[in-house]
Amino acid sequence: MYKRLPELAASNPNTRLLAVTIDGKPFAARDGDTVAATLLAAGLADCRTTPVSGSARGPFCMMGICFDCLVVIDGRPNQQSCMIPAHDGMQIERQQGARVVSLAPESVAPESMP
Amino acid sequence: MSSPDEFDIAIVGGGLVGGAVGYGLARSGLSVALLDEGDVAYRASRGNFGLVWVQGKGLGLAPYSNWTQLSARRWPEFAALLRADADTDVVLEQPGGFHLCLSERELEHRVQTLTRLLEQPGLERYPFEVLDHAALADRIPGIGSTVVGGTYTALDGHVNALKLLRALHAGLLKHGGVYLPNTRIESARRSGERFDLQAKNKTFRASKVVLASGLGNARLAPQVGLVAPVRPQRGQILVLERVRRFLHHPIATLRQTDEGTVLVGDSQEEAGFNDSVGMAILATLADRAVRTFPTLRDVRINRTWAALRVMSPDGFPIYDQSRAHPGAFLATCHSGVTLAAAHALELAPQIVAGELEPRLQPFSAERLNVQKAA
Repeated sequence: MYKRLPELAASNPNTRLLAVTIDGKPFAARDGDTVAATLLAAGLADCRTTPVSGSARGPFCMMGICFDCLVVIDGRPNQQSCMIPAHDGMQIERQQGARVVSLAPESVAPESMP
Repeated sequence: MSSPDEFDIAIVGGGLVGGAVGYGLARSGLSVALLDEGDVAYRASRGNFGLVWVQGKGLGLAPYSNWTQLSARRWPEFAALLRADADTDVVLEQPGGFHLCLSERELEHRVQTLTRLLEQPGLERYPFEVLDHAALADRIPGIGSTVVGGTYTALDGHVNALKLLRALHAGLLKHGGVYLPNTRIESARRSGERFDLQAKNKTFRASKVVLASGLGNARLAPQVGLVAPVRPQRGQILVLERVRRFLHHPIATLRQTDEGTVLVGDSQEEAGFNDSVGMAILATLADRAVRTFPTLRDVRINRTWAALRVMSPDGFPIYDQSRAHPGAFLATCHSGVTLAAAHALELAPQIVAGELEPRLQPFSAERLNVQKAA
């Protein structure tokens, strides 16, 4: 679907490769790529499913406006993949439905409790 | 024969109040026109919070509590009618609602208020529970340590208010009613046995007229022998991004929709006709939301908006019929969602009958005609 421009690779032969994982599988991103570009280069057109209908969504505007490219990055949900550069060791997960919030009690005991 | 611009009943105002009354009237088989101003109007019906709420309402006017309770009880039947007529699920949930308090003082005040409210003569008493932090934490997992307690009543719920508005219009059309957007009524006057409603380039005639134009009622009511001394009261709302459903009860100031969106609201300001948002109020709303549910701390705010509630001097609805011009009615309130069932199923039939029942007498604007003490 998407592939890198050969001219780009030729003009930047020394670009550093970054070891990332996508849904646990290793992939080499290129230094300077956003997470969205990494996903597209890996051949993944979709990166999440919507909270309401569960239909697939993927990077669309590539400039931080549409919020369609949300993924889980290093454990943090709802990250805009088009706005975040990939880094070495990054763990990228495609997000299924709405993000989950933790309902674990706070570490500090409530004052009103005995 | 009637012309295309002549109706049995015309309703001025196509929001939740006019829509609910109009839907109820159209169900009776009369020819009904719903005259809606347009996007320049203040549109409280597009900015509200979506609660179907009973607890705490009616201190100072017991019949208002009873009317609210009646509407909440009739809401399931009303939602089923809308599903059948408008093919729309308005997502009614009535699992009971909580009012949470972030200090002992707030809780004390809350309990006093509810106790005084429910001790009023003539009020149909409903039970409420007072819960401490531990009891609340069992019922609503995830509440923060600064929530010291709260109150619960089983009658409270919520609904998708935008789907409701759409369903009311669709239901009206289904029963042969006519919806006319971009139709601001400049003036209303009695002409023989009928009323003439003057729009910019058109006159609508109707045997009866119902004024349900929110803040616009203040201008139109005196033209047909009624009064509607309503003023705007601003409310601001935060809308958070969708998260997996974690909250299964509406809270007076915070609710999660079936689709995951979290709404935070319930601010009240006297700001005239200024319907813009302000950072001070939004920050307070956000702070209280995070103290209520600490997990919301890193949840993104997607939208904010402000809307203008339609408030009478004492905060209660006004339902009235004109003595000087029989056939002219007035309906205004700031709880168009909660009261939608009562408006469609209880108020509309009285308008069809041509006479408001004595049980609505307490809501007449006559109660407001008491001279203010100097």
